[in-house]
Amino acid sequence: MTTEINMETIRETFALLGDWEERYRYVIELGRTLEPFPDSLRIEETRVHGCTSQVWMSAEKNAAGQYHFRADSDAHIVRGLIAILLSGVQGRSATEISAFDPLDFFRELGLEEHLSPNRRNGFYAMAQRIQTLTSD
Amino acid sequence: MKRSVDTSVDKPVDRSDWRSDFPILARTMNGKPLVYLDSAASAQKPQVVIDAMRDILENEYANVHRGLYALSRNLTARCEGVRALVADFIGARENEIVFTANATGAINLVARCWGAHSLKPGDEIVLSAMEHHANIVPWQMLRDSLGITLKIIPLDEQGTLDLDAYRALLCKKTRLVGVTHISNVLGTINPVSEIVRIAKSYNPDIKTLIDGSQGVVHNPVDVRGMGTDFYVFTGHKLYGPTGIGVLYGKQEVLESLPPFFGGGDMIDSVTWETTTYRESPYRFEAGTPPIVDIVGLGAAIAYIQKKGMEALVSHEKELILHARSRLDKVKGLTLYGNAPDRAGIFSFTLEGAPPADIALILDRMGIAIRAGHHCCMPLMKTLGVEGTARASLGLYSTREDIDRLIEGLEKVKSLTG
Repeated sequence: MTTEINMETIRETFALLGDWEERYRYVIELGRTLEPFPDSLRIEETRVHGCTSQVWMSAEKNAAGQYHFRADSDAHIVRGLIAILLSGVQGRSATEISAFDPLDFFRELGLEEHLSPNRRNGFYAMAQRIQTLTSD
Repeated sequence: MKRSVDTSVDKPVDRSDWRSDFPILARTMNGKPLVYLDSAASAQKPQVVIDAMRDILENEYANVHRGLYALSRNLTARCEGVRALVADFIGARENEIVFTANATGAINLVARCWGAHSLKPGDEIVLSAMEHHANIVPWQMLRDSLGITLKIIPLDEQGTLDLDAYRALLCKKTRLVGVTHISNVLGTINPVSEIVRIAKSYNPDIKTLIDGSQGVVHNPVDVRGMGTDFYVFTGHKLYGPTGIGVLYGKQEVLESLPPFFGGGDMIDSVTWETTTYRESPYRFEAGTPPIVDIVGLGAAIAYIQKKGMEALVSHEKELILHARSRLDKVKGLTLYGNAPDRAGIFSFTLEGAPPADIALILDRMGIAIRAGHHCCMPLMKTLGVEGTARASLGLYSTREDIDRLIEGLEKVKSLTG
């Protein structure tokens, strides 16, 4: 389950995929690689509002200043999008994370419609949450 | 009024020509022919509405009222003509029609003009368990500022209102009953005439407000026959533009209410010391109205009247039967709302595929539906779900749209299963 899903793997796989169906199938598959989200963390503080689906996200920083994110959604596709988003920030430092532009990455994968930067877009709210969680 | 329409279901009338009245339906979405099943959120616009609005902007535009030149005079007459048309459409008198921004605006206007002035601490307002946030939040705001109480009419298993429970909720403190004509989630057509009659026979002073946002779209409305004090709806769900809604208020009720918005157009005279207001409905319409949108609404209503509301209803009935028979066969699908009297609004969940997944996958297939709580969070709680997927029909909907939806749902299952 813990096969490292990194940006490179995702990038390479997407390059091989054809129509939307194959892409969505892969996105859903990526969602299944997310580490289980503990029920104890399904609380108001971790909830990301503004999504049509339910989304939770939390982060912990280790002694070396690297962040470990956990996130979940009840929707398969959203969970997959979370996995893609986290591939760019998992285990990184705050500086590295602030340098990561999720919209760029999503655009590269042809998924930018999910990250349109407006306050009504729930997934964009999630990308924002990563910045909030790491900007202390 | 009475025209003979073919209501037999085994010989469906072909309405594909209706579809071609709506230019947007010829386009594709994500490379697939568009299947638009989100009409309960907002309906598409027929060419005649688009043309009417464009014509105003290109050839007829000026501000209305008090203009002493031809353009202004003509457009004023045209806007007032729409008021008459709206009145005719719902069985009201012209001076009982107040133009608002939308249904939400109309309900808030009632809450402010009537509620804030008439309600006292301890008074009660009865709402139903299937209300849209638009008919909940304005009353909650009054509850919190005035100390009134909200009572809720419960649902039965079919998604119809429990009228016995409703009768039991009425008491000396009841001041208003506010119920939706048709649920935007369950599709249930509520027996609003009976609901009004029950309130009025308990106490004629109880005010009634019917949210007709869906009701006016899916069945003929006669506010006078219904006997309600207030009936509200919005233009954009009725194939008209956004930005224009309607508040119907009984003449004697409107005349007894103070205005809420102050400004131009709603006054008789203004001095620094005192201002006198115009008669209703004008005293409720401060500022320049949404002129172009009013004309658009008029064009939409004229379009519907030309087709005949009865023809719309019988077309929808036929589609409802088709949709039911197809949806019932989708394994793992739960339909919310099974009222015998219903409109073409279908909320459902699919085992293993949350609503957001359904909507996102259907999107790729060119099918527009809605996923979420549909501005009915309390109802979602009653139903025990976070949200549903919702497919809703318009007059341009076809059997093929429904077939494409079913195909789409099978694809959702294969992708998420």
